[in-house]
Amino acid sequence: MSDTHEHSVSFVRTESIAERDPPYAASGPVKWMRDNLFATPANSVLTLVSLYFIYLILTATLPWILNGLWNTSSLAECRQVLDGAVGACFSVLTERWNQLLFGFQYPNELYWRPTLALVLFFVAAAPVLFFDLPRKLLIFTALYPFIAYYLIWGGALAVPFVALGGCIAGGFIYQRFVAGSFALGFFGGVVAALVFWYVGGMLIPENANGTAMMTAVPSRDLGGFMLNMMLGVTCVSLSIPLGIALALGRQSSMPLIKWICVVFIEFIRGVPLITLLFVASVMLAYFFPPESQVDLFLRVVIMITMFSAAYIAEVIRGGLAALPKGQYEAADSLGLDYPQAMRLIILPQALKISIPGIVNVAVGLFKDTTLVSVISMFDLVGMIRGPILASTEWNGVYWELLGFAALLFFVVCYGISQYSQWLERRLATDHR
Amino acid sequence: MAEQATQMQISDEIAITINKMNKWYGAFHVLRDIDLTVNRGERIVICGPSGSGKSTLIRCINALEEHQQGSIEVDGTLLSSDLKNIDKVRSEVGMCFQHFNLFPHLTILENCTLAPIWVRKTPKKEAEETAMHFLEKVKIPEQADKYPGQLSGGQQQRVAIARSLCMRPRIMLFDEPTSALDPEMIAEVLDTMIQLAEEGMTMLCVTHEMGFARKVANRVIFMDEGQIVEQNEPEAFFNNPQSPRTKLFLSQILDH
Repeated sequence: MSDTHEHSVSFVRTESIAERDPPYAASGPVKWMRDNLFATPANSVLTLVSLYFIYLILTATLPWILNGLWNTSSLAECRQVLDGAVGACFSVLTERWNQLLFGFQYPNELYWRPTLALVLFFVAAAPVLFFDLPRKLLIFTALYPFIAYYLIWGGALAVPFVALGGCIAGGFIYQRFVAGSFALGFFGGVVAALVFWYVGGMLIPENANGTAMMTAVPSRDLGGFMLNMMLGVTCVSLSIPLGIALALGRQSSMPLIKWICVVFIEFIRGVPLITLLFVASVMLAYFFPPESQVDLFLRVVIMITMFSAAYIAEVIRGGLAALPKGQYEAADSLGLDYPQAMRLIILPQALKISIPGIVNVAVGLFKDTTLVSVISMFDLVGMIRGPILASTEWNGVYWELLGFAALLFFVVCYGISQYSQWLERRLATDHR
Repeated sequence: MAEQATQMQISDEIAITINKMNKWYGAFHVLRDIDLTVNRGERIVICGPSGSGKSTLIRCINALEEHQQGSIEVDGTLLSSDLKNIDKVRSEVGMCFQHFNLFPHLTILENCTLAPIWVRKTPKKEAEETAMHFLEKVKIPEQADKYPGQLSGGQQQRVAIARSLCMRPRIMLFDEPTSALDPEMIAEVLDTMIQLAEEGMTMLCVTHEMGFARKVANRVIFMDEGQIVEQNEPEAFFNNPQSPRTKLFLSQILDH
């Protein structure tokens, strides 16, 4: 108060106060503990109770894990070696490792094929997940589904080529006509692809699978964690575009489109997934032409995709609703048409808002793929419940097997969740 | 200033014709029998109490709102339900909003080049040059690589003006461009608008900045209850209002 007088109101500052560093606060582990663990008596009690709780869990599980046996050939031998001591019998994992990962019917000498498909999956997913990578890598991503199909199922090389050719034909027609009218381009593309597939399918000889370079593996021989991964990846990547389409359709000003989307979403959301899976395994065949045999894997993919697309559509609808009306108006006032406004302005923002919700659905979907064990597909859980626990050697090894399943799913789901948090930070441009 | 205003030439060419236009929100009659002709180069300020339909009127001009009766013709294009006509008019008419409505996920430069690239099919490089030209004009070229959220309100509104100008519009609409701004930022936006007016842009502004109206407008329109109550040259409008409602409105906003 040196430069102001006590009783005067008027005051003029002549010098600006210099910036100073904040006061040096005591730091170090002792201060941290006092601040965070033992700030008040109540906090200290809670800290001690938590420590005791952690101690209980660790003393119960650690001996079991550390004492575990990795190389016995049956549960009986395991118990004999342990001789009454506490210990896990992890040998079931080493013994049945390939069955847990690939199922019990996939030919042993072909394990390299799905393994290679998994490795290539990371290459294909990278440019989609990390958009700083060169855009040219997306060409491989576009080809990946056909490569993966050929690797996992094998059989005639013509099948993935015809599928790819249909997609290219459809894309070509779409590009050609979309400038005139979006509907013409879209439906023209779909028709072109269908015609190409139909004609191409007739050209593939009946016995092509027998003479193929890569041994054909039927879908019923797929199993283990591989099946969960395949279902999860396929259904997530199909249900996000379908979910976007449903969410936009639900907002449409055309009543028919709007009501079709509303009914679809509400119906699918109101039915348990397990019901849909039973429909897939038993009843869906009635909806296809009698002579056609639609693969069980494909039927399950259709059902899970529809199920999660309905949920994703609702998540994205929330994102769309959160955007201020001004964004639509600004896009309109600049003369952007509907597809441009959606693609460039609305969806990038709405999807960004929806990331946590979409990831939530994706994680849930991935775990729900274990439900296929109920319709007698031998995924990871199906393998554990069926062939492994039912065998005479390993009857009764619940904790180790189900713990392993939990660990596998946890690793994947935690990875997805970490990625989504990174993505949110990366996309944060609004600086609010 | 008055001399300067008369220097800005107004041509005989007609830019906008609105004929007996009516609009309803449900059963509520928002705009009633609006007749308005705007010549090229005219600078019109529209004022009136809130809810008088002034924003709705200029939003009808680029079809952000649909009118139910009468006709609106912009630059010789009749606004109807034909989407092609609407998109044509929108790409010729620039619009600035009260809340700027910049695209928060794009940089300032991308905000400005988006419509030229996608609507006008301008090559990216050329669009960027145009964008930088207009960003320099609104005096913020150094912000080009930032995101809208990093800019102040006044800067954002100037970017919004630049974004509209990048489409080379023949008409500019302003919907209360300074109402959401802090007082110290209003001047920078008004300066930009004055500059635009001096270059002969056809402008329709909904605003309560009466200083701006006196300085730039060649016509002031007063609206109340969805009707045009009075229109006149700014001097006559402010010094000698005719209708009692105009007098009341002016006394309310000018007395403070």
